[in-house]
Amino acid sequence: MTDLEPVIGLEIHVQLSTRTKMFCGCALSFGEEPNTHTCPVCLGMPGSLPVVNAKAIHYGLMMGMALECEIAPRSIFHRKNYFYPDLAKGYQISQYDIPLCSGGRLGDVRLHRIHLEEDAAKLVHVGQSGRIHGSDASIVDYNRGGTPLAEIVTEPDLRSAEQARDWLNLLRVTLRQLGVSDVNMEEGSLRCDANVSVRPAGSTELGTKTELKNMNSFRFLMQGINAEVERQKALVAAGEPVVQETLHFDPVSGRLSPLRSKEEAHDYRYFPEPDLVPVAPTDAMLEAARAALPELPAARAERYASEWGLPEDTARLFAYEPDWGDYFERVEGEPRTVANWVTELRARAESPAAVEPAALSKLVSLVEARAVTAGNGRVVLDKLVAEGGDPAEIVEREDLGAMGDSGELAGIVAKVIEDNPDVVERIRGGNAKAMGALVGPVMRETKGKADGGEVNRLIREQLGV
Amino acid sequence: MSELLDLTAAQAAARIHAGDLERGELWRFYRDRALADDLNAFIWVCDGDDPEAIDSSGPLGGVPIGIKDLFCTAGVPSQAGSKILENYRPPYTATAVERIMNAGAPVLAKTNQDEFAMGSSTENSAYGPTLNPWDRTRVPGGSSGGSAAAVAAGTVPWSIGTDTGGSIRQPAALCGIVGLKPTYGAVSRYGMIAFASSLDQAGPFTRDTTDAALLLQAMAGKDPCDSTSLGLPEPVRLPTATDLTGVRLGVPEELTGEGIEPGVLDAFRETLDLARELGATVETTQLPHAPHGLAAYYLIAPAECSSNLARYDGVRYGFRADGRDLLGMYTETREQGFGAEVKRRVLIGTYALSSGYYDAYYGRAQKVRTLIARDFEQAWERFDFIVSPTAPGVAFELGAKTADPLAMYLNDFCTVPMSLAGLPAISIPNGLSEGLPVGFQIAGPAFSENRILDAAHALEQAIGFDGSAARA
Repeated sequence: MTDLEPVIGLEIHVQLSTRTKMFCGCALSFGEEPNTHTCPVCLGMPGSLPVVNAKAIHYGLMMGMALECEIAPRSIFHRKNYFYPDLAKGYQISQYDIPLCSGGRLGDVRLHRIHLEEDAAKLVHVGQSGRIHGSDASIVDYNRGGTPLAEIVTEPDLRSAEQARDWLNLLRVTLRQLGVSDVNMEEGSLRCDANVSVRPAGSTELGTKTELKNMNSFRFLMQGINAEVERQKALVAAGEPVVQETLHFDPVSGRLSPLRSKEEAHDYRYFPEPDLVPVAPTDAMLEAARAALPELPAARAERYASEWGLPEDTARLFAYEPDWGDYFERVEGEPRTVANWVTELRARAESPAAVEPAALSKLVSLVEARAVTAGNGRVVLDKLVAEGGDPAEIVEREDLGAMGDSGELAGIVAKVIEDNPDVVERIRGGNAKAMGALVGPVMRETKGKADGGEVNRLIREQLGV
Repeated sequence: MSELLDLTAAQAAARIHAGDLERGELWRFYRDRALADDLNAFIWVCDGDDPEAIDSSGPLGGVPIGIKDLFCTAGVPSQAGSKILENYRPPYTATAVERIMNAGAPVLAKTNQDEFAMGSSTENSAYGPTLNPWDRTRVPGGSSGGSAAAVAAGTVPWSIGTDTGGSIRQPAALCGIVGLKPTYGAVSRYGMIAFASSLDQAGPFTRDTTDAALLLQAMAGKDPCDSTSLGLPEPVRLPTATDLTGVRLGVPEELTGEGIEPGVLDAFRETLDLARELGATVETTQLPHAPHGLAAYYLIAPAECSSNLARYDGVRYGFRADGRDLLGMYTETREQGFGAEVKRRVLIGTYALSSGYYDAYYGRAQKVRTLIARDFEQAWERFDFIVSPTAPGVAFELGAKTADPLAMYLNDFCTVPMSLAGLPAISIPNGLSEGLPVGFQIAGPAFSENRILDAAHALEQAIGFDGSAARA
């Protein structure tokens, strides 16, 4: 039997970090007293009308441009009709056949569309279970209702759970860099559903897909996709059909359970929202969005790799964490050496603010000039993080300077060789690795001030190997 | 006392401004008349004193006003004639009402209406039908029947209503007063409890065209809270024209033939003769798609209402019935809270928007709407106004059409085309038939309110309609 390959597409909902809601003037909030950020509009009071948040459109345009989408000259809002207590008006204002952005690409994944809509309110199930079944009552907190959302839909271009995770991370850092969202999965400002199907490897046809919901962390996303791929593979192996349905991921059990099948799917009765006029971005709006675009992670990683010669993983690290990338660019010195030292700092400090770029530059130059060994350089860095100060002064004060060509080092090497005849025997017997057993004591003797390369050279020289 | 009753709103405002009339006196006069109303024109009447917060130095001069129930008025019942909003008091006031109050008119009463403005007789109100002051066995028209009956009966000097397919013009005609539906977008819809969002438009009910202009002046204006509002491109002027020299009137065959009562047609033709005498040219024309207007309207309006009324689910405000579970609460609340006509339209609208039917119904209806708008566009190349009878008949007896929804819908036959095209139109009383008032409709291009008011004013002077019998 041929191998089956997973085919995965993602649907991502991103809460936009505008000051106010999508269609009214209420401030966005998280974790505040329920129903304190509401008004007639977001409560769906009779007679109230929505007005589109200009900032949300601006963010939508920025996203569309950053992700290489086509911007619609006139996009329209639709009503998506269904009854649920978290939906104040009985319909969600969303976009349907003419979204703000179509097509596009991020990395090696094509986008299908990006549209804007409003978030639903939050249901709180009161009672012991804390879940809808077995709860005593359900109450509604409308603070979240009306929060601006961008829905980003990919084409089915992903082939594994790991790839999906990595791509979602790229999207996350890209959106964070754009400044359009907090992209926090735990707080729900980034939510990801996955459409999953399997097909014979090499086939170009799509299998029947299922939609996976409620995977609110990168780990759960991988777990969910992997579980579903395995389930579908087992079905196919047993000659059973995959049924199109929506599945709910349970983070506790790691299992998927059906939410509704295609037959039970809602008829949302979409129709153009008559309370709003079409969104027709003006040249000024487009220009403002373009001007607001920062350098994005994918482009930055490419620049670090090609222009600065950084290894791919380091380039991506600094591109995905732009604070560290910015810092890296401000430290003078040979780029790859600087990158190593910035990585050393990142392992010791929460933010680059811990050490002035000039101070790190100085440390890098001391190490490059062999005035300090790499090992003692790390000791200096520890001091810089803990106390601040000037690297040269720290070297002086703590006596961490590298040993010069004074012949003192040659003497120490000679003494260590004399003290370890058995090791010398092994080295002479052809065991080059045993050399380390001589280097260690020399380093101890010199308090790390000796240059490792020089020590090795002297040992070889004196032993004549 | 009867001298006060004879004053139009503009005349009363002028006297108050001049210091010849005390605003409290006028308020008490109308308050007592409204409290004594026996037409069931009101759902709520303010029994207190003249609200001092209203500044009578504004153009509306402290002359009290009646407001259709579906306009949100902070702290005052706003129930849209429905049980599902029983005792609902909104936290905010509709923009149109706020503008009226800011211009100096205190709110005296909330007027009765068909539930959610769905109806042509005000018999669909959860708070009982309103009677026609010309004949209490007959309906005042609808859906703004309370607003029309109250102005005709002189229990308020003027009022406002809303027109979705004729709900201002038709009751104005049936009650013998002036009713103006402005261009869609002229008046903000913010705070108007929605029936059909793409059609709903607020406008004045008055005794004459001067009062209508005065009130429209206050109401119209772009509103940041209503994305579809535009305001009017030029300020509303009080009409002064006394002749129609050079005015070209188009008479569409489709709205003046079959289905119009003979008495109504007679009055219509007499008014056309008057228009000619005043200098107008009158020519027959065609609006070929107008006869399909009613069918398109009765798909578009229900489709929008099926969505607009989804919020009445018992969760947040208004009436709630108990249910076994969430679905039970929803269905019981809506089953008990909505009347039969509302349910009928929600069902029709839900069906028309359903997947698989959308193109055939809602989609097709929108195309008809575009064609009707195009018919009018072509008419404006040859005519200044399109004129027709406002309603196909005079006020009918209570209960006469409640069992036959289609017969009821035909009342909108002459008014719906303008609604679909978003155009302004006025109805002025142009005589009596069988002792009951008849209305003459003048429709013009978008934003031609000033010109419509001038033409209506000239005809009004020539017709000399006397509505005092209804105020007795």
